[in-house]
Amino acid sequence: MIESVLRGLGRWGLDLLWRLGRGHLFLWEILKGVPETFIRFPLLIKQLYSVGVLSLMIIAVSGLFVGMVLALQGYYTLVDFGAEDSLGVLVALSLVRELGPVVAGLLFAGRAGSALTAEIGLMKSTEQLSGMEMMAVDPMRRVIAPRFVAGVISLPLLAAIFSALGIIGAYLVGHVQLGIDAGIFWSQMQMKTDWSADVVNGIIKSVVFGVVVTWIAVFEGYDCVPTSEGVGRATTRTVVHSAFAILGLDFVLTALMFGG
Amino acid sequence: MNEPLIKIRDLHFARGDRAIFKGVNIDIHRGEVVAIMGPSGTGKTTLMRLIGGQLKPDRGTVEIDGQNVHALSHDDLYALRKRMGMLFQSGALLTDLSVFDNVAFPLREHTDLPERMIHDLVLMKLQAVGLRNARRMMPAELSGGMARRVALARAIALDPMMIIYDEPFAGQDPISMGTVVDLVHDVSDAMGLTSIVVSHDIKEAAEISDTIFLLSGGKVIESGSPIKLKRSTSPWVQQFMQGLPDGPVPFHYPGTPFAEDLLSGSEASDYD
Repeated sequence: MIESVLRGLGRWGLDLLWRLGRGHLFLWEILKGVPETFIRFPLLIKQLYSVGVLSLMIIAVSGLFVGMVLALQGYYTLVDFGAEDSLGVLVALSLVRELGPVVAGLLFAGRAGSALTAEIGLMKSTEQLSGMEMMAVDPMRRVIAPRFVAGVISLPLLAAIFSALGIIGAYLVGHVQLGIDAGIFWSQMQMKTDWSADVVNGIIKSVVFGVVVTWIAVFEGYDCVPTSEGVGRATTRTVVHSAFAILGLDFVLTALMFGG
Repeated sequence: MNEPLIKIRDLHFARGDRAIFKGVNIDIHRGEVVAIMGPSGTGKTTLMRLIGGQLKPDRGTVEIDGQNVHALSHDDLYALRKRMGMLFQSGALLTDLSVFDNVAFPLREHTDLPERMIHDLVLMKLQAVGLRNARRMMPAELSGGMARRVALARAIALDPMMIIYDEPFAGQDPISMGTVVDLVHDVSDAMGLTSIVVSHDIKEAAEISDTIFLLSGGKVIESGSPIKLKRSTSPWVQQFMQGLPDGPVPFHYPGTPFAEDLLSGSEASDYD
């Protein structure tokens, strides 16, 4: 009994290390293909469209509603202390520092990450990747690198759009519905939101999440078992691992950026 | 005879504990059409991938045109692959590109030819497989036979020196089967290509090939012209060439006897 548990644990550990190693070698291969991606611009544009532009709708709508809900919840708490004028600051800081990168990252993993994994997994299972290799076209450079670069560019932009629309949503609720003075709402926000401490740190977070989520997504697709079950599992893994990675890294980054 | 184009020596390959090849030796000369045949599961497709350098053998060598495929650097291997065509069983067409763009794909990737010339070249290749007028269709709209013909047009787009066909006849209706057989033959003939046909369709493979290699149990058990193989006295070769259900290769997968299984009660099942 104990022996089999230990054996299982050992196998799990070895598998994990094996996958981590493969994942990092894979990232190295991608990075070698990145410079070429900028030369072959049309490929990148196509991926920016399918990874970034097609994720816009869910990001925009979610951002707007998250901002609106934040404003409502924030208002009812702040008003007890007569501090409802700080609503703009509260919403802006929450969005720019945390919710923008994190929620946009989670939504991006669900919308674009899973699609990337499924697409690459299906390309593998229908022998399209092997076919490319045999035509002397390296799938790492032709298929994987442009998708990776597109993901890394898209997520910070999407997170910015998420935050901006969230702030607009908060303004609509705060000013139009709850009657907070618009001048105070904006001026407090401008005064108390710092460019480098808040905005730049938020952008750094979203870049990190962009790299990690897209890396997980393309790796899972490329590494999946090429069957319908395998592609399904890989897609699930992309979403779950991305969520863990985003939340874990967010804690680490927050501790590094705002802890000191 | 001059030096063979493809020289496979003492090839060993295993998947996990299961040995697939235990010392395969094959010579393929320039301009020859060779069929590699054997029952399902003998590793025909694996052999194809070993030749293409997508898998590495545990022991032994594959030499193509004097180059040891598995000792080449990444760039040299890719340079060699430009001179090889491969036709996958599924066609392996890129599903996001039209028929025209699929055939144009290797030309656009590897040459700097102007679009006008690519247009003409692609139409010539598609004309050769009879699908010039299907050039605007997407792969999902093609039948299995058509997809394979498009893949053939793509495989010959760069005028390779050799071409490998993976089960080109499998799962075809009689008409497209006839078309594909003719095409494989004509393409090899017209372009002087060295062709390797991996297949288990005896009649069709025998019709077009100069030499047949029969694989079983990880080795080449017989090789020679189709006529020589048909006259072989080996019971195994006779069973395979005539398609007899039982013989040296048993109909039943080896294991416990039937009576014993029936008496053993119910099976453990996932559906409990």
